[in-house]
Amino acid sequence: MNGFALWRRYARASLSGQMRYPGAFLMQMAGHLATTLMGFAAIWVLFHRFGTVRGWTVGQVALFYGLVNIQFALTETIGYGFERFGDDFLRTGAFDRLLLRPRWTVLQLLGHQFRLRPLARLAQGAAILALGLALTPVRPLPFTLPMMLWAIAGGVAFFLGVLIGQAALSFRTIESLEIVNVLTYGGVEAGQYPFDLYARWFRRLMTYAIPLGAVSYEPMLAIMGRSPHPMAATLAPAAGFAFLAIMLLYWQVAVRRHASTGS
Amino acid sequence: MPSFPARIVVEDLRKSYRVATRPPGSRAGLAAWLPSRRPWRTIAALRGVTFTIEPGTITGLIGPNGAGKSTVIKILSGILRPESGRVTVGGLVPWAQRLRHVGRIGVVFGQRSQLWWDLPVDDGFALLRDIYRVPPPLYRTRRTRLVETLRLADFLDQPVRQLSLGQRMRAELAAALLHAPPLLILDEPTIGLDAPSKLAIRAFIRDLNRQDGTTILLTTHDMHDIEALAERVIVIGDGRVLADSPFETLRATTLSGRRLIASFDGPPPTLALPEGVTRLPATGQTLALDFDPARIAAPDLIGLLTQAGGSAAPSPLADVTITRPSIEDVISRFYEHHAPGP
Repeated sequence: MNGFALWRRYARASLSGQMRYPGAFLMQMAGHLATTLMGFAAIWVLFHRFGTVRGWTVGQVALFYGLVNIQFALTETIGYGFERFGDDFLRTGAFDRLLLRPRWTVLQLLGHQFRLRPLARLAQGAAILALGLALTPVRPLPFTLPMMLWAIAGGVAFFLGVLIGQAALSFRTIESLEIVNVLTYGGVEAGQYPFDLYARWFRRLMTYAIPLGAVSYEPMLAIMGRSPHPMAATLAPAAGFAFLAIMLLYWQVAVRRHASTGS
Repeated sequence: MPSFPARIVVEDLRKSYRVATRPPGSRAGLAAWLPSRRPWRTIAALRGVTFTIEPGTITGLIGPNGAGKSTVIKILSGILRPESGRVTVGGLVPWAQRLRHVGRIGVVFGQRSQLWWDLPVDDGFALLRDIYRVPPPLYRTRRTRLVETLRLADFLDQPVRQLSLGQRMRAELAAALLHAPPLLILDEPTIGLDAPSKLAIRAFIRDLNRQDGTTILLTTHDMHDIEALAERVIVIGDGRVLADSPFETLRATTLSGRRLIASFDGPPPTLALPEGVTRLPATGQTLALDFDPARIAAPDLIGLLTQAGGSAAPSPLADVTITRPSIEDVISRFYEHHAPGP
């Protein structure tokens, strides 16, 4: 059985485990939906009062907001094993169990838990994205649709890279590092707004050092037909995959180092 | 059906851990990130361990806590890489060829579950089938046989979290053997189990070795495990091999002694002890004796105590316990025989 098929097997097993307690699951889902919905309600109120912010309409902001939430929701669905790595695997010694199995550690951690809870964020992100598309003129569908999927893929790669980096760092501290949440939850917050609202240094940092802008802001500008460098913007989501590749290398180094130091 | 001879060769294995000696407290965690003069302490876990295990044998690895047993097991399982030394298991270097290596061994940790806590036992087995790429026909025969011999049928559909410890250990054994590994490593497989469960697990391990020719390496603190299973015993202490001998030799030399503890309703009598019996310091109304059953049988010794005539008014004997030396005793005796180096 190849890696992807095995991952699907893991996902199915995890789902059946979660569905054992449907009541708890529904409550969690509802709670999650309510929290994220509040976020967009605040933006809506803001725009209702001022109309536009630095030339951005509420429909345009909805596009950014929807995209980054979809990206992060999908990442959380598959990346939970990395998010919880320090606390659930390193501290408990459960990581040894993964090493005892003849499969790549990354595959096993991706399969650790296929979570449904982020589906609340996903549904909400999709709804807001649809709202944005209804309110905002964008480029024709044959460009917009593939570009959107490409941007989502790049964004998932980027956020997954962040979670893998967080997990690799926790070999040093044994705990999951809360500070990395600046990049995950903080990244989602930052990506919800057009980047030109931010200070120049922050924009640079978030585009080149940490390629959040490359997977959210730039491709969405291309979709709106507002990008000053359409070609570069179209290719930008590849930066998410490059970031993921670097984090995977770092992960391999950290696992190797861990085997030398023991726990 | 072992697909390769699981010969284990371990040569001059060395491993030490660097331990940060940081003061307790919340600021200490932060200090781990600062480029300071971090006070490291090096602890040698293995100081040159050498042994070879032939395919199809059962070997017991014993030693006190912290002796290095777990480190050996972790290295042989491919989890840990040693500082120096050579290890091959069936021709593979465990840590360097981990993915191939772990596909050919089974490992059971008594203290740690390999199964999925929330999943029914059988679902976990099916997942392991896919993880280990066990061909379906082979899986079906293996599973049927393991379910039967380990008596798993009653709880196959229960989540692992609901199993008793004895049931769980049986499920763990099955889980480690679904892919028919020629080598099974067991780390304290009977820890915490009740007597019937222990007996069942020992019988299963013995049959597995006899019928399938599976090579078995086990660590334990229970001398009965060793006695029931191991043909050969490797004693590890302080990171070294203190003894490596057939079990019979170990039994004849170190394990032959017994300790008798007698309590009296009053002060214990003073006796003239026969040859082969030594008196240990004891307090109050008890008397502790070490004796060699080859020289004086336990009933004779007890007889001697019941009719102890030495004192003026002999106190009646109230209770007698006879114990065998614990692994800790064995190790300390080895230390007396083999003076440890620096």
